[in-house]
Amino acid sequence: MTALPLIALVGNPNAGKSALFNALTGARQKTGNYPGVTVERHAGRLILPDGRPAELVDLPGTYSLEPTSPDEQVTRDVITGVQAGERRPDALVIVVDAGNLDNHLRFAGELIAQGIPAIIALNMIDMAERDGLTLDPARLSADLGVPVIPTVAVRKRGVEPLKDEMLTLLGKVATPPRPLEGDFGVRQRQARAFAKAAILHEAPARATTQSIDRIVLHPVGGPIILAVLLFVMFQAVFAWATPFADGIDAGVSAIHDAAFAALPPGIFRSFVADGLIAGVGAVIVFLPQILILFAFILVLETTGYMVRAAFLMDRLMASVGLSGRAFIPLLSSFACAVPGIMATRTIEDPKDRLTTILIAPLMTCSARLPVYAVIIAAFIPARNVLPGIGLQGLVLFGLYLGGIVGALVAALALRRTVTKGRGMGFMMEMPRYQMPIFKNLLLGLWQRAWVFLKRAGTIIAVTTMILWALLNFPRVDPTSGVSQVDHSIAGHIANGLAVVVEPIGFNRDISLALIPAMAAREVAVSALATTYAIDDQDESKRDQTLGERLKGSWSLPTALAFLAWFVFAPQCISTIAVVRRETNGWRWPLFMVAYLFALAYVAAGATFWLATFFGL
Amino acid sequence: MRLDELPLNQPATIDRIGWERLDTVAARRLRALGFDEGLTVEALHHGGLVSHDPIACRIGRMTVAIRRNHAALIDVSLA
Repeated sequence: MTALPLIALVGNPNAGKSALFNALTGARQKTGNYPGVTVERHAGRLILPDGRPAELVDLPGTYSLEPTSPDEQVTRDVITGVQAGERRPDALVIVVDAGNLDNHLRFAGELIAQGIPAIIALNMIDMAERDGLTLDPARLSADLGVPVIPTVAVRKRGVEPLKDEMLTLLGKVATPPRPLEGDFGVRQRQARAFAKAAILHEAPARATTQSIDRIVLHPVGGPIILAVLLFVMFQAVFAWATPFADGIDAGVSAIHDAAFAALPPGIFRSFVADGLIAGVGAVIVFLPQILILFAFILVLETTGYMVRAAFLMDRLMASVGLSGRAFIPLLSSFACAVPGIMATRTIEDPKDRLTTILIAPLMTCSARLPVYAVIIAAFIPARNVLPGIGLQGLVLFGLYLGGIVGALVAALALRRTVTKGRGMGFMMEMPRYQMPIFKNLLLGLWQRAWVFLKRAGTIIAVTTMILWALLNFPRVDPTSGVSQVDHSIAGHIANGLAVVVEPIGFNRDISLALIPAMAAREVAVSALATTYAIDDQDESKRDQTLGERLKGSWSLPTALAFLAWFVFAPQCISTIAVVRRETNGWRWPLFMVAYLFALAYVAAGATFWLATFFGL
Repeated sequence: MRLDELPLNQPATIDRIGWERLDTVAARRLRALGFDEGLTVEALHHGGLVSHDPIACRIGRMTVAIRRNHAALIDVSLA
């Protein structure tokens, strides 16, 4: 197959590139990764007016060709033709915000000088007009020396003329790059002069955005609005997702049972039913929560509110050495640390980003909830400490708070030691507010969900299978009366582990449950259930619930220590694997695992001994 | 007067930016976001109830958030 012509979309952040990409390619798009770097590659198919297909690639939004982040590096390397895994584009579509020519034309000029045949998409022209700007595209085209097409990507306006112009471009040959004129400041001034010449009429800017900002960024009202939004979001993530998650759970159980019934007893059945189906089921049961969370985050991002949230949170984050930008990834981590850590890519400062990655697992993810729920229900009495405030709910809140406080303290400590150094601070463009487009939201949701499923799914499926093997080998003779779990590699590891965790009040059953919980935290619950089910020889105890069974064999200090352990312990292989991918090596994930296990050990130990001391 | 001392909603002209006191990346980002000598700037919002940090400023047709320590390097005079 001969290579399709490659056209690249390039421009400043907030120029509406992604919306234009969606308008040009529709659903014919693919999300991947550039080799060796953690930068996403968005590519799609486009049909040119003569019926030929072309490949369109959406390059990461950047401010210049002098890179300050991995995203910008990729954009520079693609344009100059040195990026691994990408050809040099045959044509460029430079996307500029019509309402922000002052700032976007400098980068446009730098791109044109690269010699690749180019056109300018003068995007969001409708908003610029509403903003009181009357522009002269012909004048702009004459000054820049390339065609200028006014577009409104979200309404698909200007898409056909843009495609016509692409066809012309593909007939042209690239010229050698021209050296850039003057320094950055000189080019910026030149761009402002071009912008001024292209603006025929200008009225005072941005009435709508300003009046929204006056409410949303109000020193008192702003944080209250943010808190209410977050409350609604968490409520939705936990309440709305439950019926769907229960449905998926029931479906997975049904498939599990069907496979169990259909296959002959033996090692293969155990592998398929308990290893493969249960393992993959453990991931997809989180999909409803993650989709709801992503939907909220996407709406907040595309409307422009997320940047305001970062603005409001910057002060708090700065007090522990981070910036407001860390707020968004940490927020995602309450559903699951995997997408949260992936979202740190938007943080430009490498040390800020690393610190955020290292503390993200301390945000109480949804996988911890089943563990907390079982233990709290069994050991914490359901009585009110104050009217309307139950003790059980208070303990749960305390566990969430413990994670947040732990994360802030950890950030403070990390910023003074391993990620020391002055950060770039916080400098961020606050774009205009926009109405989200439903179709683009669905497309974004689908892409994020797919990336999550692919990454977490493969990692969890593989680790569950490894754990299944550890629990099932070597095999015991069924007639010998020895428990398979005790005899397995995992059983032997648990015996060794029991010695280590005994000082913090854990028994051997807990240490056995900790091993499969590495695949996903909530597996600790089912592992405990399995262990007690296998160990119970006494028929009368068979009917007890797991909670009653735990209550009978654990002391309260042990239960509390177990809760404290789960606040901190890095009990999740997918998180560790994602950290390895995002930091390009084993150094940081190993460091993270070590410091979190140390924290968990100290926290559980302190809880156990304090509780014992107070005679609980 | 410095930008961090500028009262809200009062347009001012940027007289000088202490480029030499910014590290290269921060200086380039500040320029890319549209800050330059001779332009009009206006502080629109303060973050933080007590600290009034960061500051959201209008520069050109854009709103940009910067922290106080960077704003303190920008000399302005009321327009």
